[in-house]
Amino acid sequence: MLHFVLFIIFAVLCVAGAVNLLAQKHPIESALSLVVVMGALAGLYMLLGAEFLAAIQVIVYAGAIMVLFVFVIMLLNAGAEEHTRGSKIAILFGVPAMVVGSVLGAWVLLRSNPSTRDVAIGSLYGPPRDIGALLFTTYLLPFEITSVLILIAIMGAVVLARREHQ
Amino acid sequence: MPTGNLSVTTFVIVSIVKIVVFIGVLLTGVAYTVWLERKVVGHIQNRWGPTRVGPFGLLQPLADGLKFIFKEDLTPPYVHKFLYILAPMLSLTTALISICLIPVGGNITVAGVTTPIQITDTNISLLIILGITSIGVYGVALAGWSSNSKYSMLGSLRASAQMISYEVALGLSLIGVLMVTGSFSLRAIVEHQAGGFWNWNVFLGGGQFVAFFIYLCAAYAETNRIPFDLPEAETELVAGYHTEYSSMKFAMFFMAEYANMVTVACLASILFLGGYNGPTFSGFLPPILSSLMPVFWFLVRVVFFLFVYIWVRGTLPRFRYDQLMAFSWKFLLPLSLANLMITGLVVALRA
Repeated sequence: MLHFVLFIIFAVLCVAGAVNLLAQKHPIESALSLVVVMGALAGLYMLLGAEFLAAIQVIVYAGAIMVLFVFVIMLLNAGAEEHTRGSKIAILFGVPAMVVGSVLGAWVLLRSNPSTRDVAIGSLYGPPRDIGALLFTTYLLPFEITSVLILIAIMGAVVLARREHQ
Repeated sequence: MPTGNLSVTTFVIVSIVKIVVFIGVLLTGVAYTVWLERKVVGHIQNRWGPTRVGPFGLLQPLADGLKFIFKEDLTPPYVHKFLYILAPMLSLTTALISICLIPVGGNITVAGVTTPIQITDTNISLLIILGITSIGVYGVALAGWSSNSKYSMLGSLRASAQMISYEVALGLSLIGVLMVTGSFSLRAIVEHQAGGFWNWNVFLGGGQFVAFFIYLCAAYAETNRIPFDLPEAETELVAGYHTEYSSMKFAMFFMAEYANMVTVACLASILFLGGYNGPTFSGFLPPILSSLMPVFWFLVRVVFFLFVYIWVRGTLPRFRYDQLMAFSWKFLLPLSLANLMITGLVVALRA
């Protein structure tokens, strides 16, 4: 029962944040709604028992990546969007179409995959010790390749942002 | 039973009492840290601090609180209202939450109910505290941007860039302690350091003296204190990100800064200086007092750290911004990585 209530709370927060992201006019409020979505996802991970993942979601996604998004929006001084006539018509037709589309998609998914059963609270428990053991034994190659990928991304960003030498 | 060996109602009542006591003590501690700072910095600068309001100026925080309440709370025009009001709330909330996870003492038995002197403990307490610190950056970043002022914007950008840079060194320095202890839980870290002061993590128990100094430097930068307080120095950027705030909202930023200091002091004493370990005199004292002795030892360590914070504030000049960033990325980060590798090597060789 408590599991269901907590799931509903976090799921509603997540979806409301995502809808708010689309509905807001100012990009910084959209970015903050995305932070709320990340936090709600962390709550959902915690409900599944993946405590380490939940903490890392908050630290990395909500606390570092989204901070960078917010910085970029602040530095670029992106102003509020304005709603023109065309966009108002798009909203008028688009929102009901989206609702119908998502209901259809949910119906099709629930119909076609009968093996979806309820996941009990904490059923995917993953203490950090086990995750560390897996990362350094079974999944060592993907781990190292991911780190090389991140290094390449950092170098690419530095090269792109470098000032031209006169 | 997730509530320990207590019934659910007892657990709820005990938790509420603990929350009220902890928050009350924390907020009073924050107010009196301000008093301590003014007195100590005053004496370092060869003058008395506040002396007029009450004996030794002890009622000064009360007077300051009343002043903040009665000040005019003006909202400048052209600010982004929602974020302008949200930012100090975010700062203060993240500053006050970390006290939930701090173990202040061992078990205490009152009226037949045995409970640890800690609001809650989890398997990942240290990660949660790091996460809360990461969210605290939003309060600073949004405050400056929403104030619609050049000084605020610059101050907040610098302050938040500083905070996210030093978060890396902070986290890496904590990993050494983690490897030595083998658990993220703060209570487990404290209990690992039991048995005499040589067993503390900063001395032989963990050998983390380098990590201790990295943690202190990174924590001073995280809380925007001298020598890292360029973003809010008065001669540099008026008042940085909280230039346009007055009355209660400014008081919230003010309290958030000192609450962050208190949290950092608590964490440093738990992770490096043995937490609440100390002689409990259980032979001489009645059981309630001997379970409160660890609280006393914990408070001694926290006040010592606050004193060191204030001492450094009164003594050192501040870094220039590029020196500050270079210090984090070019010195603290490689040093903490080296500490990580050496600690890992020693732990692996010993196991």
